[in-house]
Amino acid sequence: MQENGIGASVRRKEDQRFLLGKGRYTDDINVEGQTYACFVRSPHAHAEIEGIDASAATAAPGVVAVLTGDDLAADGIGPLICGVTVTSDDGQPHRAPAHPALAQGKVNYVGDHVAIVIAESLTQARDAAELVEVNYRPLPAVASTADAANDGQQQIHEEAPNNICFNWPFGDKAANDEAFAGAHKVSSIDLVNNRMVTNPMEPRAALGEYNSGTEEITLHLTTQNPHVHRLVLAAFNQLAPEHKLRVVGPDVGGGFGAKIFIYAEELVVGWACRKVNRPVKWTADRTEAFLSDAHGRDHVTRAEMALDENGKFLAMRVITTANLGAYLSTFATMVPSYLYAFLFAGQYTTPLIYSEVKAVFTNTSPVDASRGAGRPEATYLLERLVDVCAADMGLDPAEIRRRNFIPKDAFPYQTPVVQCYDSGDYEAALDQAMELADYAGFDARAEEARGRGKLRGIGFSSYVEACGIAPSAAVGQLGGGVGLWESAQVRFNPTGNVQVFTGTHSHGQGHETTFAQLVCDQLGVPFENIEVIHGDTAKTQFGMGTYGSRSLAVGGVAIAKACDKLIAKGKKIAAHAMEAAEGDIEFAGGNYTVAGTDKAMNIAEVAFNAYVPHSYPEGVEPGFDENAFFDPMNFSFPAGTHICEVEVDPATGEVEIVDYTAVDDFGKLVNPMIVEGQVHGGIVHGIGQALLEGCHYDKDGQLVTASYMDYAMPRADNAPEFKIDYAPTDPPHNPLGVKGCGEAGAIGAPPAIINAIANAIGAKHVEMPATPETVWRACQSAN
Amino acid sequence: MYEFSYHRPASVAEAAELIANAADGKLVAGGQTLLPTMKHRLASPSDVIDLGGIAELSGIVVNGNIVTIGAMTTHAEVAASSEVREAIPALAALADNIGDPAVRNRGTLGGSIANNDPAADYPAAVIALGGTVRTNRREIAGEDFFTGMFETALEEDEIIVAVDFPRPEAASYMKFENPASRYAIVGVFVARTAAKPRAAVTGATACAHRAFRIEESLQAGFGSSALDGFEAPVDKMNSDIHASAEYRAHLVKIMAQRAVAACA
Repeated sequence: MQENGIGASVRRKEDQRFLLGKGRYTDDINVEGQTYACFVRSPHAHAEIEGIDASAATAAPGVVAVLTGDDLAADGIGPLICGVTVTSDDGQPHRAPAHPALAQGKVNYVGDHVAIVIAESLTQARDAAELVEVNYRPLPAVASTADAANDGQQQIHEEAPNNICFNWPFGDKAANDEAFAGAHKVSSIDLVNNRMVTNPMEPRAALGEYNSGTEEITLHLTTQNPHVHRLVLAAFNQLAPEHKLRVVGPDVGGGFGAKIFIYAEELVVGWACRKVNRPVKWTADRTEAFLSDAHGRDHVTRAEMALDENGKFLAMRVITTANLGAYLSTFATMVPSYLYAFLFAGQYTTPLIYSEVKAVFTNTSPVDASRGAGRPEATYLLERLVDVCAADMGLDPAEIRRRNFIPKDAFPYQTPVVQCYDSGDYEAALDQAMELADYAGFDARAEEARGRGKLRGIGFSSYVEACGIAPSAAVGQLGGGVGLWESAQVRFNPTGNVQVFTGTHSHGQGHETTFAQLVCDQLGVPFENIEVIHGDTAKTQFGMGTYGSRSLAVGGVAIAKACDKLIAKGKKIAAHAMEAAEGDIEFAGGNYTVAGTDKAMNIAEVAFNAYVPHSYPEGVEPGFDENAFFDPMNFSFPAGTHICEVEVDPATGEVEIVDYTAVDDFGKLVNPMIVEGQVHGGIVHGIGQALLEGCHYDKDGQLVTASYMDYAMPRADNAPEFKIDYAPTDPPHNPLGVKGCGEAGAIGAPPAIINAIANAIGAKHVEMPATPETVWRACQSAN
Repeated sequence: MYEFSYHRPASVAEAAELIANAADGKLVAGGQTLLPTMKHRLASPSDVIDLGGIAELSGIVVNGNIVTIGAMTTHAEVAASSEVREAIPALAALADNIGDPAVRNRGTLGGSIANNDPAADYPAAVIALGGTVRTNRREIAGEDFFTGMFETALEEDEIIVAVDFPRPEAASYMKFENPASRYAIVGVFVARTAAKPRAAVTGATACAHRAFRIEESLQAGFGSSALDGFEAPVDKMNSDIHASAEYRAHLVKIMAQRAVAACA
């Protein structure tokens, strides 16, 4: 192993610039002649637009242009698309109402885009935006997920009767019903998966520049996937041909899914910069972020489990209504379907699973992927339901899990819900977590807490997720519009240092360090001589970007494959230079050697020979620069057990997380320090969902939690010291042996926390976010 | 933010003149409420008169049993003051738990009570400790100062100079924090004084107020069990997405009991 290679907790090289304030985010970039944009947004959740009078705004000081949906339509731009098709129970594709980037006669949520005002200064743009007179005729709003499809409900889109986007049944209903009918016991739970605002620290931003000489548009964006943005904006939105559109995702301050999507502002800024022939910059303020970023989760679910007399799961049934918001965001349909129902097996051998998902439109911000995307929702209902089963059967929650685990010798394991798990040892992770959490000592701790007037509870969550997204063929079969391979280019410069170009995008994950470690390990090049480059369609080959914990599991493998090609080519060059047969050349630790001799040549010298090929093998191309693409054979399946211990103050309902243990299987760890950081962040994300974050629209569709005064994000004092460990298994299909770790915490944590609270207060269920009042009320009814 | 004229007077008299002559002037102390409001374009004063340059408004003086805190004294200064910590530790503790360090380094006593946010902490202390608000014109008893949601007894253009806090025998403030803003969902300040027990409640209703019924309960004996029969009136309580009226009423009792217990 190289000193800074795989397995080393190398300090993050990107932190030098971030900690010195030398990061370069979209809003940091300013260009000659730049103008500033302000969007006129709907104050109504649902209204017809009877007219827009922009004359006063257009005449206001400093205003360059005021553009509306009519201008956009006249230029043939848009609408925004949803890239994944789900087939509804009538055999038709999901209903996809038009999603104009600027409203066409109607607005459908508070914050919906009506016009863009472009001015010489931001203040002038904001002043003028207030002068745009929009004549709204308000309509009743649909804000409730559970009630959106009710008879007599206000219709939002003509194309979607009863506000239904799709009804998606999945599984063998008859067989499932039969298993339930013959079951020893049926356990059930009704629960809500609370809507969240994803809240990356850096708000979204866009800077568009048009060069009339080259007819090229350059868009700097807060994006997790610059090439996906370019592809969609070019192919579907007619912004510019793909080769005349450059998308750059510079430093990006967190994404968590919210910066995957192609947003209205991005398309409009790209179009407007050409329209006014001036650079246009837009940066969301925090209120705009709350109103117009795609939100996450928002399910209402009933779940049931049929059990035999030993507590074995016989069949499971899930009925969910999922809120997709006012329009379909880029991947909205995939989240409550394929990323959700295909995870219902969890870690268990449940042979029959049937689900129905009704996806509905409401007059709220669009809902799409947010850290975990579908998998947290699946895991939450399953792990809560398992605890209810344990209580109904009088079994210890660990014991009922153990009785139903897929045994470690059963892999590869085909679940009844599409996924075929490749590797895992769930019992090992459970045992290790119980040991680390001192489960055996829990009763004594609970007793001690009672003496202090506190109710102490413990909760498990044994999760599995599908990430490393994703095998292209599987995505295509499911109705996805793209392939989800990843690309890499590894380039030696003549002086022997290395540039690694990746199609993934780092916005906090530490790729610049982790990927350099991969290359350092494989090629033996000093860590400091390796630079990782990402995020610019003009610099890197096509890539699919970063989400779904895929960057290492898919993108990392592409890098490794490119390194393999370099090593192979280098053998030819080294053989020629050292006057040996290619078959006698060995490569290790950065050196080519001739077997059985002391002849050696460093890979940097080989690279130099490749660029200065004065004496060079015949038939070998000059240059030392290789490309590779990797399309995985399967998803990867990180898994683990999390154990949370809480203390509840029954007088106030306050919950304190006093202990938290996570034992995860991520396969091999490249940088354990970065992985630990991802686990910490993911768990804190889960703490946010479980205890704090409740995105709330009132009945009129006004977002009540549109600032940090009302929307509670987790802070350091909401989290305990974490106990983190690993129980790795080797995923056979992944050449690096890695699984992905970015979402696990957010998936595993919410049910562990809620299970602990329910255990503490003796309640069947407590809804998220488990605010003090919610818990206090649950305490009242539990007593 | 809209455009405005900025002034930085050096004396209270100059500030009073500036505010009197402004078309729609606003005094700014720490700016912790006014500036965000202006940034959101929800306030558009013609003139902003910054009190930060007036030396006479800052500082802490203990004179016998009276702790006098200048209006422009920051929360951090109050929290760190050895005089306040010695004389009224509950007041220093209250100041130490307002907002976050950035807020405490900018926010001031005068700004807090002049704004009179229904969930602010300081009003409860001013009332319960029997404080006196001194302005450039007069003295106002603490319990008469807070008149309604974001409303005070201050007249147009009147400027708070300082607050006098009598030293209690014992005092405690218990705050149940809003998890998002960390303002008080309910805050109860109790003080045991030589004369009689005093209590004030913030966060629970439209405006911080003296809690006579808690005081009456404590008259019989200053202990948390004295409040066992106390029930706060649900119909007077605020109700919002963070806490229902019923829950707030419950919390008033719990926080009052805990504050009393902490005085022991």
